[in-house]
Amino acid sequence: MFTPNPRHEERLFYVLAAIGGLVSAIGLAAALYMEHEGHVVTGMNNQFVWGLPHVVSIFLIVAASGVLNVASMGSVFGRVLYKPRAPLSGLLGIAMMSGGLAVIMLDLGRADRAMVAATHVNLTSVFGWNMILYPVFYALVAVYLWTMMERRMNPYSKVAGLATFIWRVILTSGTGSIFAFLVARQAYGSALLAPMFIVMSFSWGLAVFIVVQSTMYAWNDLHLPPLILQRMKNLLATFVAAVLYLTAVLHLVNAYFAQHLDFERFILLGSEFAGLFWVGQVLIGSLLPLALLFHPATRGRVVWVNIAALLVILGAFFQLYVFIVGGQAFPLEIFPGYDVKSSFMDGAVDHYTASMPEILLSLGGLAIAFTMTTIGVRVLHFLPQDDLVELEAAGSITD
Amino acid sequence: MTAPQSSSNPRRAFLAAAGGSVASLGFVAVAPGLHLMAVGEANAATDARKAGTAASPTVRWGLLIDAGKCVPGCTKCIDACHTENGVTEKLPDPRQNSQWIRKIELVERRTGHATQLPMMCQHCANPPCVDVCPTGASMKRADGIVLVDRHTCIGCRYCMMACPYKARSFVHTPLHAQNPEVPRGQGCVEACTLCVHRVDKGQQPACVESCPQGAMMFGDLNDPASDIARRIASVPTTQVRADLRLNPGVRYQGI
Repeated sequence: MFTPNPRHEERLFYVLAAIGGLVSAIGLAAALYMEHEGHVVTGMNNQFVWGLPHVVSIFLIVAASGVLNVASMGSVFGRVLYKPRAPLSGLLGIAMMSGGLAVIMLDLGRADRAMVAATHVNLTSVFGWNMILYPVFYALVAVYLWTMMERRMNPYSKVAGLATFIWRVILTSGTGSIFAFLVARQAYGSALLAPMFIVMSFSWGLAVFIVVQSTMYAWNDLHLPPLILQRMKNLLATFVAAVLYLTAVLHLVNAYFAQHLDFERFILLGSEFAGLFWVGQVLIGSLLPLALLFHPATRGRVVWVNIAALLVILGAFFQLYVFIVGGQAFPLEIFPGYDVKSSFMDGAVDHYTASMPEILLSLGGLAIAFTMTTIGVRVLHFLPQDDLVELEAAGSITD
Repeated sequence: MTAPQSSSNPRRAFLAAAGGSVASLGFVAVAPGLHLMAVGEANAATDARKAGTAASPTVRWGLLIDAGKCVPGCTKCIDACHTENGVTEKLPDPRQNSQWIRKIELVERRTGHATQLPMMCQHCANPPCVDVCPTGASMKRADGIVLVDRHTCIGCRYCMMACPYKARSFVHTPLHAQNPEVPRGQGCVEACTLCVHRVDKGQQPACVESCPQGAMMFGDLNDPASDIARRIASVPTTQVRADLRLNPGVRYQGI
């Protein structure tokens, strides 16, 4: 692991914060450019309604909810090992949620109407629910952090943790339901998507947490206790396997329905997305991490567990790209049983290429999350403090 | 013995007043129906909506399109629609242009039977676009016309994801020289309005008026005396994606 020279440590922090701030600013500039010129400067169109910004923002929003699982394991489920990690998971939750929301809000056709979105809420819309789900998420996590970091408020942290846990299950169900509620598209419209997004959030959030935690330990020249590494990598493997299982179920059920067979053939076998699915999502994002997390030569080493976590994060982007972009590349089946064509890409498979402003906006969202985390862990006390005696007891008795 | 004077009898006066009120209420309740019948007889298609009055929930505007009459290569309905509504921008990527109405060519896989038809917003009774819109900008008017409020659309495009007919477009570029009666906006979603500005003046939608074959018929689906309702009652018609149970206001004949 990388360990900076203490004399240069402070300078390195400022360099990282400056890079994060700069990329965030470039992302904001890209959004202003899109706002001024219109979405004509993006690769999105009336066929690909949502593109790369949605892939990145949904990753950040889903992972933001999932990273709080570390806190829930401590506060709600009483796992001693996770309790000292709860504040860091809260910070990461707020940072990633901020990055994700920034991208999705700045990609709006009328980003200037954020206040309209806040004051005109249609409660039959999952997007409308978001106007309630996200602000309350922020408030709950902020209160939760307060109860954990302010000694006098400690007695309330279990209640705050439970409320946060329940809320983020609802929130991520809502994110999955954005797609579950689409009646007409072959790729979506399944009730399975709500629980699947929750498991995806556990997997991606924990992967992000492992990488950030390892970086912080290395930065401070500390070593992660082996017990913690072992518990976390086992948990990550469980979540990765669960996502893979749900993915298999989703596709198998779809393939069983004659009306969805053409789409399944397209996304799994006969399109540019088939390679991204099998190589990106299944191999890189699932099987390889599982092998690294279980193989005797790699499972006990911090560096390999971190590589596995990074592969899970990379696989998440592949998964969402195939899901969101691939789902739109396949034509809407308006006239089942007919071959159709029109001036509007009816009946035709289409190809999407993200433009530079979209790429910069997406990177800007990641940079916002990165910058908030970097500054947060620097100015506040987020480094986990383990009581090794308690930890040993937990490892042998309750965990 | 003299006959009682009805006007001087308080009880009678009360009954008369009450009866009058009930009769008035009854008239008000029945009047819309009578009015509808009158419209149906006077004008088979539309009647102008008076300024300041709300759209009537007793009316359901709709279209009947005879695909058998739709001529290959003819784009008159598309040209008329886009001229009427000021949809004139031509972007380098044609997928970024708005298409309020388009021609779809269909070939049945089993039989090879070919046909074509114009496709636009189907003005569903249960529109998914309205359900998913976070701000309520996507809305269904009382008379069944599905519209987008340009002032509250935030451009999230969720409605475009939800529409089973690919009927909606997103405005990808700044707009110039708009038709004042049809406000559009960069960054907003839009679709066929059934030429609501013309319908409210008692006119037909531009596409219907422009079709040289008379393949499109407009009218009140709720009025059994209207031409469209009578036609639908007498010939087999199709709702596109009827399996979704959205109850579209646009019906097709000959597919």
